Amino acid sequence: MVPKIITRNVDLYYSSFQALKNVSIEIPEKSVTALIGPSGCGKSTFLRLFNRMNDLIDKVKISGEILIDDRSIYKIRSSEIDNLRRKVGMVFQKPNPFPKSIFENVAYGLRVNGINDSQLIANQVERSLKNAALWEEVKDKLKKSAFELSGGQQQRLCIARALAVEPDIILMDEPASALDPISTAKIEELIFDLKKDYTILIVTHNMQQAARVSDYTGFFLNGELIEFNETKMIFTNPKNSKTESYITGRFG
Amino acid sequence: MTHLDSEITTLKNELGYMWELVNSQLDKTVQSLTAFDKDLALEVQEHEKRVNAIEINIDKACEDFIALYQPVATDLRFVLSTLKINNNLERIADIACGIAEFISDVDTGFNPDILEHMSALHMLSLSVEMVKDLKEAHQHENTALARTIFKRDKVLDSINDKASNLAMDCLDRFPDQRKHTLHVLSIIRKIERIGDQSKNIAEEIIFYLDAKVIKHKKKKKE
Repeated sequence: MVPKIITRNVDLYYSSFQALKNVSIEIPEKSVTALIGPSGCGKSTFLRLFNRMNDLIDKVKISGEILIDDRSIYKIRSSEIDNLRRKVGMVFQKPNPFPKSIFENVAYGLRVNGINDSQLIANQVERSLKNAALWEEVKDKLKKSAFELSGGQQQRLCIARALAVEPDIILMDEPASALDPISTAKIEELIFDLKKDYTILIVTHNMQQAARVSDYTGFFLNGELIEFNETKMIFTNPKNSKTESYITGRFG
Repeated sequence: MTHLDSEITTLKNELGYMWELVNSQLDKTVQSLTAFDKDLALEVQEHEKRVNAIEINIDKACEDFIALYQPVATDLRFVLSTLKINNNLERIADIACGIAEFISDVDTGFNPDILEHMSALHMLSLSVEMVKDLKEAHQHENTALARTIFKRDKVLDSINDKASNLAMDCLDRFPDQRKHTLHVLSIIRKIERIGDQSKNIAEEIIFYLDAKVIKHKKKKKE
């Protein structure tokens, strides 16, 4: 197991509130890691460490080490943060396509990164839409507005948009919680396909989804990482009684 | 109590009822063999249908529980072990029924000397105790008690291993009662299978409570 992401003794405060407490973890590359836990447990905060999205929040204080590919991402120059965010894509709970065409949504990241070669962009858009399992559904209407797509299609478009800039890591914050079961199944299939090329972290409240899609699962509670293990172990024989109470619905 | 817990309690109670019925079938089998009570032997055979019906009900309840609650961890182990224990208990009831059929098949009571020489009653009573103790172990979540079954099964195996030679003695000593001897030998073979089923149940109790899979594991040589 080669760790793609390592955190060591990470604490995070929003002003005086401690949202993460001494979190240490090693996340293997090209695998899916699910982060589970009750609302407010710190899992989304933890997810946002890796593209430094927490930096955008006022009065955030972070300590400890956070490494991607053995390099501390909090010791890089400000000019390198854009590069980090290119390497670490993110998909949110609600699909958030830009008010542009389907094609331009996917091409957007390439254009802002200075790529102007239209053939290269067209190839990359097609490849990304194919990887996001959306190409067959949109190939004849690429110039139509992204808002004409269904919610599930919009979410896959957002995944295609993230894939277009060739990230290594994809962060997903409840990517299927606003979708119907069919769209959810498509997203889950997609996650399963993508893990051969990407390291994926997914925050989910859906325990069955975590069990279905992930290789590893981390359980957070009150800012602490209570247990991290292979998903099979977490859902069949968790070591910590708090994990057991949470996944069996006997929490609190 | 959560809804899930109450479903688990219901399923546990159903399995407990199945266990009671199987214990009662075994008790009646012992009694009909010792007192040569053919009516009781017939009753055991009649009640077999009831055991089968409850087995199907519990299977269905387990299927519903998995489909509706998608259990994990201890709840998943509970329902998986319930499915298997349910099946093991039904097999034990089948065996009791098979023994009862042998009792029904003879005209006079089994020769006590044959029963004694081949240790049939002793073996049957050991096996009945094993099934009862397993119920206790399951109900009170006592894996230490479940673990005693493995040694006790070895005692049954040892009686079974000696049974062929002892049967030959009896064939020589009681030439007019060869049918009795052969039936007692068959009964011993059946009791040995009660031991095997009990061992399976003990393994399931340990799996459920300790999350350990111990079946098919041989002790390492020291």
